[in-house]
Amino acid sequence: MTLYAFYFLSFLAVLSALMVVFSRNPIYSVLYLVITFVCVGCHYLLLSAEFLFAVHMIVYAGAIMVLFLYVIMLLNLNKEDEAHKSNYLRFAAVISAGLLMMVVVAALRGAEASQVDFSTVSNIGKVKVLGNLLFNEFLLPFEIVSILLLAAMVGAVMLAKTHMKRTAEPTHKKNGRASVANQNITTNIKELTK
Amino acid sequence: MNENITQAVQGIPLNYYIWLSTALFVIGVLGVLYRRNAIIIFMCIELMLNAVNLLLVAFSAYHGDGSGQVFVFFIMAVAAAEVAVGLAILIVIYHNTRTTDINVLNKLKW
Repeated sequence: MTLYAFYFLSFLAVLSALMVVFSRNPIYSVLYLVITFVCVGCHYLLLSAEFLFAVHMIVYAGAIMVLFLYVIMLLNLNKEDEAHKSNYLRFAAVISAGLLMMVVVAALRGAEASQVDFSTVSNIGKVKVLGNLLFNEFLLPFEIVSILLLAAMVGAVMLAKTHMKRTAEPTHKKNGRASVANQNITTNIKELTK
Repeated sequence: MNENITQAVQGIPLNYYIWLSTALFVIGVLGVLYRRNAIIIFMCIELMLNAVNLLLVAFSAYHGDGSGQVFVFFIMAVAAAEVAVGLAILIVIYHNTRTTDINVLNKLKW
């Protein structure tokens, strides 16, 4: 039963991942990516990682995908007239991806999964166990991640802000507000000295 | 309930998860090489990150060690930060050049 669930989810994940690459409309790519992420989340559930399932659904299928959709709609990219690479390059891409697959499969073919003690498996995905790990052993990385998220937020806001300035003052494209003020002062001085 | 889940994990060999993750990762690589739209390339990078996450969770579950799942949690945080900043950069680039085609955005190419 669970093996069939695994096959079904894997098939759906790989198929929709392929559709992400090969669909012509970026909106469809995003929607297929949502399907892939949901399938991967269900795999987490199959591996009894409930906490990660919840976080994955919220972060990936929720936040990141909405961000992608929002950007595509903001840039008005939901058309199918996107230029494609030449057939030669596309063929090369498929060949090199196939070669990578072959190399990885060949490298992992002999690897035998060692026999594992399953007595603790069903417990480790629980919020309690993961929380204990996160706030004891991994407390410092956790705090550093919060700093990273803060830095990313500040960075994203600053990028959006410079862009807002540029559209608001199209005549001074590359200058910030300070140099614009400087130019205003110099023109004022010139007018005064006339 | 717990016994059922343990049996579910036992029913699927670890190798299957390795093949699935490999396939997803290679599809991500294929997308990065195949497409010209920078946003699609971004999505394929997310796909690769997900393949690695899935493999980490599988290893963690099969070894009975929660550290792998904590690591996946950190990878998700880093991916979220990366997407936020990357998409902001893409929007700024689009407003300067009116395109997200990577064949046009080749100023850093030697």
